[in-house]
Amino acid sequence: MKRTQIALVLLAAAFLIASAGCKKKQPVAPPPPPPAPTAVAAPAAKAATVNSFTAEPSTIVRGDTSTLRWSVSDATSVTIDNGIGTVPASGSRSVSPTDNATYRMTATGAGGDAVAAVTVYVTNPPPPPPPPAAPKASLEQRLGEVQDILFDYDKSEVREDARAVLQRNADVLKAILSDFPSAVVTIEGNCDERGSAEYNLGLGDRRATAAKEFLTQVGLPADRLKTISYGKEKPVCSDSNESCWQKNRHDHFAGAQ
Amino acid sequence: MDAMKQISLIPALILTALLAGLAPGQSQQSDITIKLTAEAKQTIALPDFRGAAAAAQFVDVFNKTVFDDIERSGVFTMAPKSFFPLNPPQQESDLRAAPEPPARRGAPVARDCAGRCLSDWAAAPVSASYLGFGYVAEQGGQFVAFGHLFNTAVADLNGARLFRKLYNAELNEEGARQVAHQYASDILAKFGMPSLAGSKIYFVSDRQGKGTKELWVMDFDGANQKRLTSFNSISTMPAISPDGTRLAFTTFAKGQPRLMMYSTVTGRFIPFLNPQASVNGTPSFTPDGKTVLFASSLDGRYTNIYTSDLDGGALRRLTNVRAVEVEPKVNPKNGSDVLFVSGRGGPQQIYMMNIDGADPVRLTTGEGEASNPAWNPNGQHMAFAWTRGYAPGNWNLFIMDVSSRETVQLTHGEGRNENPSWAPDGRHLAFSSNRSRASQIFTMLADGTAVRQLTTQGNNYMPVWVK
Repeated sequence: MKRTQIALVLLAAAFLIASAGCKKKQPVAPPPPPPAPTAVAAPAAKAATVNSFTAEPSTIVRGDTSTLRWSVSDATSVTIDNGIGTVPASGSRSVSPTDNATYRMTATGAGGDAVAAVTVYVTNPPPPPPPPAAPKASLEQRLGEVQDILFDYDKSEVREDARAVLQRNADVLKAILSDFPSAVVTIEGNCDERGSAEYNLGLGDRRATAAKEFLTQVGLPADRLKTISYGKEKPVCSDSNESCWQKNRHDHFAGAQ
Repeated sequence: MDAMKQISLIPALILTALLAGLAPGQSQQSDITIKLTAEAKQTIALPDFRGAAAAAQFVDVFNKTVFDDIERSGVFTMAPKSFFPLNPPQQESDLRAAPEPPARRGAPVARDCAGRCLSDWAAAPVSASYLGFGYVAEQGGQFVAFGHLFNTAVADLNGARLFRKLYNAELNEEGARQVAHQYASDILAKFGMPSLAGSKIYFVSDRQGKGTKELWVMDFDGANQKRLTSFNSISTMPAISPDGTRLAFTTFAKGQPRLMMYSTVTGRFIPFLNPQASVNGTPSFTPDGKTVLFASSLDGRYTNIYTSDLDGGALRRLTNVRAVEVEPKVNPKNGSDVLFVSGRGGPQQIYMMNIDGADPVRLTTGEGEASNPAWNPNGQHMAFAWTRGYAPGNWNLFIMDVSSRETVQLTHGEGRNENPSWAPDGRHLAFSSNRSRASQIFTMLADGTAVRQLTTQGNNYMPVWVK
């Protein structure tokens, strides 16, 4: 008897608990609808709206330009920061930031402001190739500016006219030797056809040495001036008259790197 | 008077002083007339050899070579071929002692033998004292010449024969030339004249290309011209050692002019240590062949005379003056007198000093410009080039008796004549001249006669004649 009563009590209790839980799972009723917007607001009080604000392209290589384009409605004024300032309601502007830059646009409207931003990403270009090694003019071209000097028959003294030429040559040669740090200039002594070939070997050497001495005295480095005597073996002119002989009695300036 | 003396060309210098009315200082030398004496030469007749069979194609070369050698020697007057009888002998058995007796009684007596009697050659118009004759043939694949020389003045044939000799060589043009030189040498030897056969002339030629100069060598008569160097540069101013085995020269092949040595025996270059100078050039050898003299700008200022061993060692300075000095040439007889060219007194002149550098004296008068001194093998005379009496550059050849300073002029304005070089016989000179426009090599007798042109291609310079 007693065991039956306890079972009933437990059964009743379980039923009560179960029924209480079921009651909480009932669906919630929807909230009341929001109040309808104030039907007809005053038109002047419209807030500004940003329709679009883009950067094209959005990633540039440093030094290139990106174009910002925008369109804003209902704004009384539009400004973009980063040094651009006030702009029309719609338009475009080229920008060339040197680093990543975010452009913030503020559109002020009577009914409220609108803000938009766009970022232009800047990438660094790869390092350029080293500058081309060869300077503008070749050594040979530059030596073309160096004039021959002329001598009297059987003489190796530097004449007055040759001194002036050598002075000019000295300046040109200094520039050449500094532009071509490995170049050596060869002074070639030459003679006309009249003296003996053997004697002219020595005379041509005297003529080349005379020019070298002059040039070193005005500051050219002796170790970069070489002399060679061609005697009368390399005439530039082959007639037998004074004008041709004079051309052949000369120092010529050549060079090698 | 023996044959040697008769034909001697060693200048017997005769002075005709024209001093009247001239101030003593006005250079006696320029008013001196100097002549080479030449006594009457004997006449030789050299009828052409004829050739049999395979040798016939080379007989013209043979005949020309013999004739040229004998003519060049200056020993004889050459009998004109147009005077020769029609039927020269070819062998000794062709000769007859006298014209044939008449075949039958009453027939006319022959006045001559049409060339078969020596008297035909001794008589006018040939009027030759000597007759050389013979023939060439092929035998056993060889070129054979049978050469004779007879004295036309001797009636007895055996007594008239100076020599007869068989020569042979390869059966080709070179063989024919070789045999001809030998036959000509034997003729000249009978008169005490050394032969030039076998001697060579080294020289410089640009025939390979303008602006280049290479060293060449040829026989003394211009045959067999061969190139020795191929630097495609300027190689010049050759000198040959007395024994002919070493050739020294100046080359621009490595930039600045420097000396180079070449073995004529092996055909290879021999190392030579050049001084560290901008100019090393104009080499020559001492008579013992053990030392080289040359010009060098070793002091960095003036090209002066130096000497060294054959490899460039034992370098020594001989002159030390503020002038250009080149072309040292050591006396081949005494080994101590050095001729050289110097600008120490003004325009280039020829000087002489001792081989130790002492006692320099000027040999040329100071007039014009002088260059290219060359000792005669006798060590008494020098040949050289001089512009005395001409504008600078117009070189003529002279010979000077070095002890008396008397000079003989050999060329007289026929182009520019330079670089005389004595033949081993001391009687001939090789030289260069541009008398035919391009510069060419010539030979002549030391009295200026018997001039022969040896080269024709390109320009050719600086002959050096060696045994």
